[in-house]
Amino acid sequence: MANQLLGATELGLVYGLMVLGVYITFRILKIPDLTVDGSVVLGMSVTAVVTNHGFPILALFLAALAGMAAGTVTGFLQTKLKIPPILAGILTMSGLYSINLLIMNGSPNVSMLGTNTVFSMFINATGISKHAGNIIVGALVCGLVVLVIELFFRTRLGLYIRATGDNEEMVRASSIDSNYMKWITLAIANGCVGLAGGLAAQYLHYSDITSGSGTIVIGFAAVIIGEAVCGKKSLTLGFIGTIIGSILYRVFIALALNTDFLPNYFLKFVTVVIITIALAIGPVKEAIASSRKKARRMKENADA
Amino acid sequence: MLTLKNVSKTFYPGTANEKKALSHFSLHLDPGDFATIIGSNGAGKTTLFNAIAGVWLTDEGKITIDGEDVTFMSETKRARMIGRIFQDPMKGSSPSLTIEENLAMAYGSGHHLLSPAISRKDEQFFRETLARLEMGLEDRMKVKMGTLSGGQRQAVTLLMATLVTPKILLLDEHTAALDPLTAEKVLAITKEIVESRRITTLMITHNIASSLEMGNRTLLLDDGAIALDLQGDERDALDVEGLLALYRKQKGQALDNDRILLS
Repeated sequence: MANQLLGATELGLVYGLMVLGVYITFRILKIPDLTVDGSVVLGMSVTAVVTNHGFPILALFLAALAGMAAGTVTGFLQTKLKIPPILAGILTMSGLYSINLLIMNGSPNVSMLGTNTVFSMFINATGISKHAGNIIVGALVCGLVVLVIELFFRTRLGLYIRATGDNEEMVRASSIDSNYMKWITLAIANGCVGLAGGLAAQYLHYSDITSGSGTIVIGFAAVIIGEAVCGKKSLTLGFIGTIIGSILYRVFIALALNTDFLPNYFLKFVTVVIITIALAIGPVKEAIASSRKKARRMKENADA
Repeated sequence: MLTLKNVSKTFYPGTANEKKALSHFSLHLDPGDFATIIGSNGAGKTTLFNAIAGVWLTDEGKITIDGEDVTFMSETKRARMIGRIFQDPMKGSSPSLTIEENLAMAYGSGHHLLSPAISRKDEQFFRETLARLEMGLEDRMKVKMGTLSGGQRQAVTLLMATLVTPKILLLDEHTAALDPLTAEKVLAITKEIVESRRITTLMITHNIASSLEMGNRTLLLDDGAIALDLQGDERDALDVEGLLALYRKQKGQALDNDRILLS
């Protein structure tokens, strides 16, 4: 059990930046971006191929760049061709399926057994245990990227992006091109997702064409869990919350699947239940409060 | 400062809904002119503002701002010269950003994109500007815009539109959604800002009294053209009753014309 929880934490850190990417589009730009399912596998495939050539660190940079390119395509479809955001994301995601196969030279999966990864390099260099090494590397990469994103959103450009998600008309009236802002944001977010895919490939020692399906749903779930834990008070807390949400999501899933009555293939179902419960908390609370108030007032009126 | 020459715009041309919103519209404003615009619904008031702001291309005619031909300039580019405020207080600002972040948005262009969103100097400047509203907002700069009342939001929007002095200020019934007392206050702030900085301004209003009190010129729009252009002594001599009489006379003629068409 302890091992399973450690494994869940590692997986949560490895995929933490994917959640950060989803947060940036879903919560800041307020556009659900379905590119994610494709760009995470894009990051995996690029990383697998480049790592197998002996460049594990370069592989991660290229994974991030590839993710940004994917985001740029979605941005182009959305802003220049005026395709609705959800459809634009689906189009890029579907197109990426073929591109990912092309990168992996037509094969549905590429293994990286025995090659050096950032994880194995760190573990060999420091001599610490495997779990500790994985967690430290994951936490370092997540921490670094969260810091960069945090600083980025404190700039003028970051302010314009936040305003674009909030009131696009006002942004245009301020002589700022809101389409350009959407474009940049989609690129940055998918860059994070690509990097997460890259880390995941090195952690799992393989890239698989099917491993991206349902990523966006996991992203939403983790974002919601992160917000429930860290609150919505500030952007900084929101960014940190994505990593925490990502870890907690994996821990919940590990706990849920650890019980004997749920088979492994119930992973997606459990995810959907978690998201639905998280989304339902607000409206249900409201409904309970309002029905209580109604009952109290009916009683008051009857007494009077 | 602002010249419109023979500007026309027809919506849904060639269909049953065809609407000539501006027909051969001409107007010239000198620097510092403050003109109020009145007219019934559908007279072309908002269409005129959209034409000036460049929301769409006009069908014919020429628009110049400060000597520069802007007829074919994009909306985003034109926004640099134009401040525009709408009736809806929610429209002009970003609710989940703080007051100072909203001001920083408006103060933006010209700064480097990767520079800090709000510098110390900016913050000081925003504080002083907000203090002039006398609403106590200078002590609440880190509060989210969405928590302010409609009047406060509209006052801050006014500051945002004039933080960098625009060449043209377009006020589209910007006090219509406010209660009478708040509307009065926002109008007073408008007057102070526009007159102290001599901003060339157009203000749409349905309040006949304020159309005469504010500014130095009153335009009555009807059917996409200027029906009455009041300024100078003629305007000074008019009271609300007088203007309403003129308005009715104008509308009466229009009705007569309709009757001729229908008979």
